[in-house]
Amino acid sequence: MAEDLTIAQTLRERFGAGIAAEQATRDDFPTIWVAGDQIKDVLRYLKEQVTQPYPLLYDLTAIDERSRTNRAGQPASDFTVVYHLLSFDRNQDLRLKVALEGEYPSTPSVTDVFPSANWYEREVWDMFGVKFDGHPNLRRILMPPTWKGHPLRKEHPARATEIEPYQLSEVKQLAELEALRFDPEDWGMKRSSDDAEFMFLNLGPQHPGTHGLLRVILQLNGEEVVDLVPEIGYHHRGAEKMAERQSWHSFIPYTDRIDYLSGVMNNFAYLQAVERLAGITVPDRAKVIRIMLSEIFRIISHLVWYGTFAQDLGAMSAVFYMFNDRERLLSIVESITGGRMHPSWFRIGGVAHDLPRGWDRRIRDFVAHFPARITEFHNVLMKNRIFKGRTQGIGVYDAKTAIEWGVTGAGLRATGVNWDFRKKRPYSGYDQFEFDIPLAHNGDCYDRALVRIEEMRQSLRIIEQCVKVMPEGPYKSDHPLTTPPVKARTMHDIETLIDHFLSVSWGPVIPAGEAFFNIEGAKGANGYYLISDGNTMSYRSRIRTPSFTHMQMLPLISRGALVPDLLAILGALDFVLADIDR
Amino acid sequence: MMSILWPLITIALALGIMLTSASALVWLERRMLALWQDRYGPNRVGPFGLLQVIADTLKMFFKEDWIPPFADKTVFFIAPMVIMTTALLSVAVVPFAPGFSVVDLNIGLLFFLAMSSMGVYSVALAGWASNNKYSLLGGLRASAQMISYEVFMGLSLMGVVMLAGSFNLRDIVEAQEHLWFCVPQFIGLVIFCIAGLAETHRIPFDLPEAESELVAGFHSEYSGMKFGMFFVGEYLGITLISAMIVTLFFGGWYGPILPPIIWFFLKVFVFQCGFILLRATLPRLRYDQLMSFGWKYMLPLSLINILITGAIILAKR
Repeated sequence: MAEDLTIAQTLRERFGAGIAAEQATRDDFPTIWVAGDQIKDVLRYLKEQVTQPYPLLYDLTAIDERSRTNRAGQPASDFTVVYHLLSFDRNQDLRLKVALEGEYPSTPSVTDVFPSANWYEREVWDMFGVKFDGHPNLRRILMPPTWKGHPLRKEHPARATEIEPYQLSEVKQLAELEALRFDPEDWGMKRSSDDAEFMFLNLGPQHPGTHGLLRVILQLNGEEVVDLVPEIGYHHRGAEKMAERQSWHSFIPYTDRIDYLSGVMNNFAYLQAVERLAGITVPDRAKVIRIMLSEIFRIISHLVWYGTFAQDLGAMSAVFYMFNDRERLLSIVESITGGRMHPSWFRIGGVAHDLPRGWDRRIRDFVAHFPARITEFHNVLMKNRIFKGRTQGIGVYDAKTAIEWGVTGAGLRATGVNWDFRKKRPYSGYDQFEFDIPLAHNGDCYDRALVRIEEMRQSLRIIEQCVKVMPEGPYKSDHPLTTPPVKARTMHDIETLIDHFLSVSWGPVIPAGEAFFNIEGAKGANGYYLISDGNTMSYRSRIRTPSFTHMQMLPLISRGALVPDLLAILGALDFVLADIDR
Repeated sequence: MMSILWPLITIALALGIMLTSASALVWLERRMLALWQDRYGPNRVGPFGLLQVIADTLKMFFKEDWIPPFADKTVFFIAPMVIMTTALLSVAVVPFAPGFSVVDLNIGLLFFLAMSSMGVYSVALAGWASNNKYSLLGGLRASAQMISYEVFMGLSLMGVVMLAGSFNLRDIVEAQEHLWFCVPQFIGLVIFCIAGLAETHRIPFDLPEAESELVAGFHSEYSGMKFGMFFVGEYLGITLISAMIVTLFFGGWYGPILPPIIWFFLKVFVFQCGFILLRATLPRLRYDQLMSFGWKYMLPLSLINILITGAIILAKR
């Protein structure tokens, strides 16, 4: 029986020598090295033929292995391409690795197995210079087209001081502008059809409806969208590169700014990956505090989405009501953490401080106040006939398409797939809380909105329970790698003092290994894949963000829509440009 | 002497009232919206922020009068004038009070409809002349929108004309001395209000500018006082449509105790606030939704209204 065999054994039976080795990781995901020429067959087998298949390409990235020292037991490789698959039936992740040798190696593209691999492969090409043979349009995605080098390669400088000062001469500026000119032929688009000449319209990078620096190039026939190309990268700040020169501790503030509307929820994903690597168990009080703040931030993020979505549809008042309640929450966050949008408040092994005295009063007030507001918003917006007319039946995709394109979060649940990492893989004690996973079934903009609105109610339930059950005890773990370490004994014995000194000045040395951790973020599944080489800094940090792959399917669900529908679709996707570009 | 002066005084008064009320309306809208949106609005300049309008106007006057090099200069220049001119010309036929209107045209209502149809040229031409894709889309939408609402706008008023037996706005008001037409012509009123909203390009029919879709639509390329004219034109439009609703359906200047002119402006004020409240409430329609709404529901409804009104008038004879 296939169920009795591990996936590695199943694959070995089927592909024999194509399966090179198995690797142990700290996250206990099966990690299997596959021969490069077989990867497509293996992926297709895993996606379509194996019992309890892996239908979702969760992530695709690469590792520059050339200066990694702790690789015992792994096949020789200069660049490793990592395919991360997810099986709903097994509730299991699977990591496949392909070893590539050479300065600028190439490997077969898997875009015909997983369409969502398209952008991921472009990203790996852009960042590492790994070519994908057979890719339909392998061009840079995050970096400007004029960029020299591939930033995530180890030889690429990480600091501005390592390169020539940047100067923008007029010649260069014109060349950069020219490089951004859109050429429809590059994308296989026609300039005219038999009976119409198409208009190409740049929606963005500066546009009130794109919620940030997003450029969508529309091929229009009148106002009908024939096709479109989302162009991203305007918000790219190189967070993954920065992770390689920040200590494990000092990278925390950078994570807040990935999905900049969900604040500490980003810390949550990152730190649990670090804690998995370090083997830290977080005390109960810290766990509940983390859940409480994460759920507060989920509501904060959803409120921004709700207001701006309504604004995209022309309803101007909603955003003020939403921001009003968001402000209440932000001020609660402020009174607990001292920060607002980006508190960077979680720490390796716990949180930064204990909760302040009287913290629960304002939260209780909010819990009492907010449900009536949600109902009010619902009556004003969701029941409005114009609102329904603008969102129902717009941007529809079904569950199969969603999975095919790697959709997670509310966008997936709006198609009826009951998948929420808080329920399926309860982390940090989510299994101790009572809450429901809202579902909808039409997969259109309206249903995506419904799901998120109900999610706010559920988050509120969780917050209410957190207030009730908040356990007593320490707010951070008594583990040597907890940062900053517990200080109580520092002044009493020399070992603790030295330990404290090192971990504060250099930062903790996280044991070598690999770990992935994934949370149910506000916008979808948000995960951090961290590789430690036994150093104070990470060797490679991969940030898997939901918005990236959601944006990738925009053309698919917008073709044939009108320009106003496109804005509704963009609004309902709930993306943040920083989350797409990192 | 007085026979020459009096019309001039009337014109000056009407212009003064309309322009002042348009700018006051800007302030009113900002404060009202703020009230409904749980915020303050402009409250720093002068008492209750009243002087904000003057500050903004001054700013607009002193801005660089810039025409984009790629625009069609002449048309770009003319477009904003059209909307101001047509809006102000329409004011000529509004009967503010007995004996107080600029002209007493016997085709007053037709004149108003003609002028309001001219207004759309402003938007369409601005969109065209800007030579900007967003503006062009805005201009196209304005034309599509105009075609769908103009027809039922005119037809919705025919019931009123039949009841009053005149196109003269003064006669129409006087015909309402005992019963305001909002009662017998309720359907006409509703249809006209919707058409009026579309006419002024306000939410939910602000398709030609649709900020979240077309940046600023037809006036994306406009700045300074040229933009100001579109801006004031929009508020003149609101005042005008409110004035027409009052004249045609709510008995114009009629009312107890207070002087007629006060009654007229009180009623106009109520409808202006209604316009603002709608803006605070509704999302925007898509233009195909507006068109199908116009042709499939509003047009048949206004025709039925005419039929029923006609039948009742005939039956009474």
